[in-house]
Amino acid sequence: MTNSWTDIKNTDLVVIMGGNAAEAHPCGFKWVTEAKHHRGAKLIVVDPRFNRSASVADYYAPIRPGSDIAFLMGVIRWCIENDRVQWDYVRNYTNVSHLVREDFGWADGMFTGYDAEKRSYDQTSWEYQIGEDGFVLTDETLEHPRSVWQLLKQHVEVYTPEFVENTCGTPKDRFLKICEMIGETSAPDKAMTSMYALGWTQHSKGAQNIRGMAMLQLLLGNIGIAGGGMNALRGHSNIQGLTDVGLMSNLVPGYLAMPRETEADFTTYMSTRGNKPLRPNQMSYWQNYGKFMVSFLKALWGDKATAGNGWGYDWLPKLDIVQYDAMRMFDMMKNGKVNTYFFQGFNALLSFPNRAKMTEAFSKLKLMVVMDPLATETASFWENHGIYNDVDSASIQTEVLELPTTCFAEDEGATVNSGRWLQWHWAGATPPGEAKSDVWIMSQIYLRVKKLYEEEGGTAPEPILNLSWDYENPEEPMPSELARELNGRALETLYDPADPTKVVLEAGQQLSGFGQMRDDGSTMGACWIYAGCWTEAGNMMARRDNSDPSGMGIFQNWSFAWPANRRVLYNRASCDPDGRPWDPNRTLIEWNGEKWAGADVPDIAVTAKPREVGPFIMNPEGTGRFFSRRLMRDGPFPTHMEPFESPMANPLNPEMRGNPVARVFADDLEKMATSAEFPFVATSYRLTEHFHFWTKHNRVNSVTQPEFFVEISKELAAEKGITKGTRVRVWSARGEIWAKAVVTKRIQPLICDGKPVHIIGIPIHWGFKGAARKGFGSNTLGPFVGDANIETPEFKAYLVNIELVEGNA
Amino acid sequence: MNIDLSRRSFLKLTGAGVAATSLGAMGFGQAEARVAAHVRGFKLVTTTETRSTCTYCSVACGIILYSKGDLAAGETAELSHVEGDADHPTNRGTLCPKGAALRDYVKAETRLTHPRYRAPGADRFTEISWDEALDKIARAVKEDRDANLIEKNADGVTVNRLTTTGFLAASATTNETAWATWKVVRSLGIVGFDNQARV
Repeated sequence: MTNSWTDIKNTDLVVIMGGNAAEAHPCGFKWVTEAKHHRGAKLIVVDPRFNRSASVADYYAPIRPGSDIAFLMGVIRWCIENDRVQWDYVRNYTNVSHLVREDFGWADGMFTGYDAEKRSYDQTSWEYQIGEDGFVLTDETLEHPRSVWQLLKQHVEVYTPEFVENTCGTPKDRFLKICEMIGETSAPDKAMTSMYALGWTQHSKGAQNIRGMAMLQLLLGNIGIAGGGMNALRGHSNIQGLTDVGLMSNLVPGYLAMPRETEADFTTYMSTRGNKPLRPNQMSYWQNYGKFMVSFLKALWGDKATAGNGWGYDWLPKLDIVQYDAMRMFDMMKNGKVNTYFFQGFNALLSFPNRAKMTEAFSKLKLMVVMDPLATETASFWENHGIYNDVDSASIQTEVLELPTTCFAEDEGATVNSGRWLQWHWAGATPPGEAKSDVWIMSQIYLRVKKLYEEEGGTAPEPILNLSWDYENPEEPMPSELARELNGRALETLYDPADPTKVVLEAGQQLSGFGQMRDDGSTMGACWIYAGCWTEAGNMMARRDNSDPSGMGIFQNWSFAWPANRRVLYNRASCDPDGRPWDPNRTLIEWNGEKWAGADVPDIAVTAKPREVGPFIMNPEGTGRFFSRRLMRDGPFPTHMEPFESPMANPLNPEMRGNPVARVFADDLEKMATSAEFPFVATSYRLTEHFHFWTKHNRVNSVTQPEFFVEISKELAAEKGITKGTRVRVWSARGEIWAKAVVTKRIQPLICDGKPVHIIGIPIHWGFKGAARKGFGSNTLGPFVGDANIETPEFKAYLVNIELVEGNA
Repeated sequence: MNIDLSRRSFLKLTGAGVAATSLGAMGFGQAEARVAAHVRGFKLVTTTETRSTCTYCSVACGIILYSKGDLAAGETAELSHVEGDADHPTNRGTLCPKGAALRDYVKAETRLTHPRYRAPGADRFTEISWDEALDKIARAVKEDRDANLIEKNADGVTVNRLTTTGFLAASATTNETAWATWKVVRSLGIVGFDNQARV
């Protein structure tokens, strides 16, 4: 989230698209209710199903799964055509005036530079025109044919209301009504918030869905303001934190990058990360990258990291490809190239697509290690459970170790909510039996492996032997010790660079913010964006002052929000170019003649004069991007792409299948079907009574939603002779499931490309372990393909067939 | 309404012991005796309260854990009740159907309590000691790493990359667990490393 849950109360319009907050995030959704009742805010829901959020919406429109980009580009087109643009914002804070290279172009749904063989674009042309002074060329009149503004207008021209209706199945009148409602928030004193979740991410072009809305929000001037923003409703209690701390193949904590093998040493690694400003006066905050990276390496290797050895850079693993994401690893596993896999609180057998492939992959492992509070399907993938897990145990040679861990009630530490609040919690229960904390288990594995290397030697022992493990009890570091490392501390006395007689921090003192980090080895800090979470004043994450003097839901003294305890990102953009709030009734910060100040922590240098420094300080341009340069693999503008399995051809280019740059493994391509054989669109969803695959272990939740079902329209039911409560079989090119049929009016057939499209809703929550009845999930059927940028599986739109079957439902 | 009844509901709400004292000071001494004779004390009065955060979605509702026994005082603590934290700015005490049943997750019959091992071809788990399990893991990790770690690539660049062992991390653990996990996993050279954000 750019904003926070409690900030939603400041909005005038909520758009829930790509999510279902009333169902999946009920206690956060209350802030939508608050805005409706106290501000008269409106709620729009766009979703394939008339879901729980839709049932309390002011306006609803259906949409075919996987066609969100067409819808969003259509809204942008309508806003431009009808002059619903926050012009002062767009002109001053976005890159509309920047000129793009002459050789960049877009035709037939593709950008320049496509290489079909490599399934990749040569992105050379996707760049600004840079002047001799090193700055981007601009045309403030926006008339220049190569200006981002003119290119954007051209790009969205095709997305007429008729195109949207034909592609998305959204009736034109509904689409236009939504355009009008959204367009009203282009007024400087109106705010719209976007609330989305996996309904946007789980597509082969998920990241472009989100960019589509982010661009619309820039057009309307809704980024950085109270009640505005792009608000990802994250699914797990600490999925934000795990990502912040860089537990992803390609990440170092704080969104720094894992080195590539083409970056042979630290100097080479840093050489492309200078982040020189692309326009005059801009902060281009990533210029500080080196300070964050060196502080991180000091946290990782301690005294072993020195200027002489490039801060221990050699000991980090180097990637030879973009990333070894989970689906790639499972594909390698299936091909016998992986021996050992750890699953820490991750029920992968139910989480990744094409479950048969997952089972085959797991069966090729030598050793599977599962750490979990609960008995998971993953740990028991080799158990035969009839149709629910039809395997031959005797033929599976994988050794499995299942390790009992503590759960939240039994541990202490911080988790990060969607609004980036790091909230500390304390242990309130004794772990059951011999369950142990994950920190203890990881420490044991580390110390035992280390001991083996000390005693026996082995391949490249340095990274293991040199890892800093400086804890009071090395067998189980305390949460407070680890949290203090995440924050960082001074390793030597730090003097003020502006006044060398002035001491900023004594050696050993906790940093009070990332501004104190240095690139000379005199500071350490594992995760720069967390600096400030545990200072000399103590554990800021444990703060519980729930007062809110501004009345705007900021709660500045409740926990700690990264970065720098800032609650609304880009909040400089909440003021006009002269530093006056666009809406004085919703002032987050303002320029008081000398500095920026207000209820929130300013997202700009406090003394940066208005009109000199742009609000998007992380970008070297200082502006928000309609044209995203070379930062995304599938294009600098979002373009409509069909799902890999789709009931219709891409109207922009009938030859194009799915996302042309998404990675598809050879045998997975063979298992992708067409609508001739599989005529219906499947989409997965969640239920308010269940959390993923956990609450089926709880009796209470299992009573409220005991049994797996699929949801279909009355029309499809009639066509297939299915009635409410009968048993059906649903199958895709990859697998089959059996379920009870729920026949509803919530799903209705849509007319796309002149033909009816039927949608089948498949909830995800069942398996063969726990207190609920045995069942299936959507992942048995889903295609093994992910988003072209970040490899999130395409669970929200694929093809299936359905039939009535005999027997008990 | 009968005055005794209304006092009783008041006492029930506030906890018999505490309420009796304050009522005594207010001149309700006789009521104390009469009520104490037939009103059971509020159960949660004898429990330890711990502030926590719901472990499900990232609305991250504030919750209060009620346990028999005080963990902080070194006692065994048995979770008996979970409720929404009315002081929390986001949820203001409310919980959804998942959060309201959190106790059932903590106390689920399918919680794991002992390390278990499944041998090749076996159709069941058998219990194993922590020591045995951890030694087995350490040995497997070292063997795989020694055999398959790519120390240098074809160009002679040090890459310390291990692709034959992988790790998926848990998005319900703390930042602190995450950092300890990051350190261990990367020191081994593992590059197949993700969390639930990938799905």
